[in-house]
Amino acid sequence: MSGSPDPARIRAELAALLGPSSLLADEAPLAAYESDGLTAFAARPAAVIAPRTADEVIATVRWCHRHGVPFVARGSGTSLSGGALPVSGGIVITLNRLNRILRLDPAERIAVVEPGVVNLAVTQAAQPHGLHYAPDPSSQPVCTIGGNVAFNAGGAHCLKYGMTSNHVLGLKAVLATGEVVEFGGASREQVGPDWMGLFVGNEGLFGIALEVTLQLLPRAECFHTVLAGYATLEQAGDAVAAVIASGLLPGAIEIMEQLALQAATAAVHAEYPPGCEAVLIVELEGPREVVAADRLRLDAILAASRPVEVRPARDGAERLAIWKGRKSAFSAVGRLSPDFIVQDGVVPRRRLGEALRRIQAWSREAGLRCANVFHAGDGNLHPLILYDGREPDGLRRAEELAGRILRMCVEMGGSITGEHGVGVEKRDYLPIMFPPEELDLLRRVRAAFDPAGIANPGKMFPAGAAPALTHTGLHPLERAGVIARE
Amino acid sequence: MSPTTPEELAAAVRALPRVLPVGAGTKARLAAVAPGVTPVSTRALRGIVEYEPDEFTFTARAGTPLAELAAVLAERGQYLPFDPPLATAGATLGGTVAAGLSGPGRWRFGGVRDFILGARFVDGEGRLLRVGGKVVKNAAGFDLPKFFVGSAGCCGVLAELTFKVFPRPAATRTLRLTARDAADQVRLLRVCAGGRWELDALEAAVDEPAVFVRLGAEEAALGPLVAELLGRFPGRELVTAEAAELWTTVTGFGWAHPGGALAKVLLTSGEVPAFVTWVRAQAGARAWIGAGGNAGYVSLPPARPVAVSPWAGALLRGNGPRWLGPRRTAAVMAAVKRALDPAGRFPDFED
Ligand SMILES: Cc1cc2nc3c(=O)[nH]c(=O)nc-3n(C[C@H](O)[C@H](O)[C@H](O)COP(=O)(O)OP(=O)(O)OC[C@H]3O[C@@H](n4cnc5c(N)ncnc54)[C@H](O)[C@@H]3O)c2cc1C
Repeated sequence: MSGSPDPARIRAELAALLGPSSLLADEAPLAAYESDGLTAFAARPAAVIAPRTADEVIATVRWCHRHGVPFVARGSGTSLSGGALPVSGGIVITLNRLNRILRLDPAERIAVVEPGVVNLAVTQAAQPHGLHYAPDPSSQPVCTIGGNVAFNAGGAHCLKYGMTSNHVLGLKAVLATGEVVEFGGASREQVGPDWMGLFVGNEGLFGIALEVTLQLLPRAECFHTVLAGYATLEQAGDAVAAVIASGLLPGAIEIMEQLALQAATAAVHAEYPPGCEAVLIVELEGPREVVAADRLRLDAILAASRPVEVRPARDGAERLAIWKGRKSAFSAVGRLSPDFIVQDGVVPRRRLGEALRRIQAWSREAGLRCANVFHAGDGNLHPLILYDGREPDGLRRAEELAGRILRMCVEMGGSITGEHGVGVEKRDYLPIMFPPEELDLLRRVRAAFDPAGIANPGKMFPAGAAPALTHTGLHPLERAGVIARE
Repeated sequence: MSPTTPEELAAAVRALPRVLPVGAGTKARLAAVAPGVTPVSTRALRGIVEYEPDEFTFTARAGTPLAELAAVLAERGQYLPFDPPLATAGATLGGTVAAGLSGPGRWRFGGVRDFILGARFVDGEGRLLRVGGKVVKNAAGFDLPKFFVGSAGCCGVLAELTFKVFPRPAATRTLRLTARDAADQVRLLRVCAGGRWELDALEAAVDEPAVFVRLGAEEAALGPLVAELLGRFPGRELVTAEAAELWTTVTGFGWAHPGGALAKVLLTSGEVPAFVTWVRAQAGARAWIGAGGNAGYVSLPPARPVAVSPWAGALLRGNGPRWLGPRRTAAVMAAVKRALDPAGRFPDFED
């Protein structure tokens, strides 16, 4: 961070600029901002700013631009890839106070929200009008729309209606240069280059979203949710391929593996068919007549997939119980182990069974437990690799296994991330997806939005490309003294 | 120039100081070549490179005609659900992306931007580069494939595109609902859009206050849905041939003036009455309303320019500026343009 002012001066200047109440100065609250959902890493920012208005965010970003001070936007800090990890000596701009729904227009079926609005709050506000906001990350009770936009967040129900990007109609943002821009608008159609599409998924490297226009969908009239247990994980994977190939278009297709099933059972008293290595959840949604017709086809496909047991939800309560088990699985698995990392690779769906079998074999080889809970319909794997950070090489072994899985995803023609973003965690894997010329293209685009490299530096791009970081420690970031292990 | 491979395309771009990529020319205004600019045609850059029916994805060269693609997908019961327009006129996949055009089917699952997964393109330095990926979900790197949707050749020449596709519904039914006037049309559009029916397409006419609705699902499910809609709203079901003709006319802009101007403007459903009034004030204008009231298409007789538009839009055919109505410019837009095309080989956004 050579050249940027010392922390005390940064705090004094920002307090003068915004007033002391927008600055979190005490040591204790600051500690809460040192990490995000990827808890293996932590860094101490020079200051944490909690603006109350968009203008304060703009003023802060312009100040950063003038002084060459790096900033990291932060929603609820649930990023699983270290996207919201602070830059040591830089500032964190936390957007939780910008949490107003500015406009909800049920006739046009849109909502205009501030970035700190929690994902689930949008659906809650839309519900009285029979509407909902479709992207539903498992973290939806806490994660923010700003964080969703930065990561193009997905969720269990993204199979049919797509990710965050497919539901954002317009946005206003302050770029790292201090320029305030507006892309898109209230219309569902567009002309000219899709600037908004480019902004969504930028991982905080372009600037800060200040206002987001979301499309709302009518809530589906009818759901048919089935839970099917399989003796092997591979069989469950093959069942997914069969459902997809049949031409049905379910709202969601998810898989939970044994370890995740145990965890969910312990945490929320979920009940699963005994003797199953994996459970498949398939949900059809739509008008009742359509669901009734599709259900016959789904039943036949599942019956032919050699399940141990098939359990359709008989009512709304049983459906909710299935989803409660699924959505609690992440945090529940967390209780099984002192530490875990979650991977987010994508494989072609027809190769799911094969991919899962390899992951199983490799985790056995590595002596690590691995729980798979994931968006199977999209081929989006979420292996949770459990390790003990107190063991000297615990994290290293877990990261090695994760690396093997990511390489497999790319070799199969997939991706290193489906929805959690590259962040800090996978930045050294970006080059296995993109050769140097294409990485250079991404860097040129980044530089167009942020020539000084002050917006969330050290993320997405492999170490060395990050202007604010140098390597002198263990993990590239640890070596830099930028982060420390908790 | 009509290169036959992406590599030849890159070489062609490198050899020319100023380039405009053109497909089949069905959006003539976007394919109009300014003095000093050489058109590079994707006519010979065609064919499906990869098609994985079980994966519901394909990769095809930019010059592949939509009709050819649709035929191959249909053999496996699959389709691009956004009904890419002008397929029968010969439109190409690359031209559809560059023009950012989606047809009636975009209503249910989204438009061309929502189905594109990846691309190979030639940048302003003549480099052949890949963006995005080949699987249905991918968050690695910036979403440049989306950025190219609607980019009208300003930032590079598309060589190859990867899309996801969906299973084609087993059956479809089309209804023509009648409204009293434009305000009633808005009410009808909104009730239909907010209902339980999951409509496939929701369009409206301008010369008469009609709303057109298409449903797609298993045959068994459609009967009751159609009966319910016709019980609630005045109107009738179109017989198969009539429905086919309607959708061919809509996706092919068959209602527009041959040889005249054709423009697309962005609306919200509440703006439909103002759009109808604006159209009526222009002598000889014909128009259509797409995407549940989110897009307005207007056509004028030959040699008649489109009046100043109160809405942002694009001119697809006819003479005049490429973009209509209020425009947003930002320093970052020029910076991104420079990042992709430092020497200015391709047209400026504002040309
Ligand atoms: C238990 C659990 C389950 C999860 N399940 C899912 C899931 O199903 N699907 C999924 O996609 N993700 C999931 N996640 C990951 C995470 O919740 C998402 O990435 C979410 O979008 C992050 O939102 P946030 O508000 O917490 O953002 P943060 O973690 O605070 O920030 C994430 C990134 O966004 C940037 N950012 C935040 N706000 C803004 C803004 N206003 N403008 C610009 N950049 C900004 C940050 O700089 C950072 O890079 C899960 C996480 C947990 C802990």
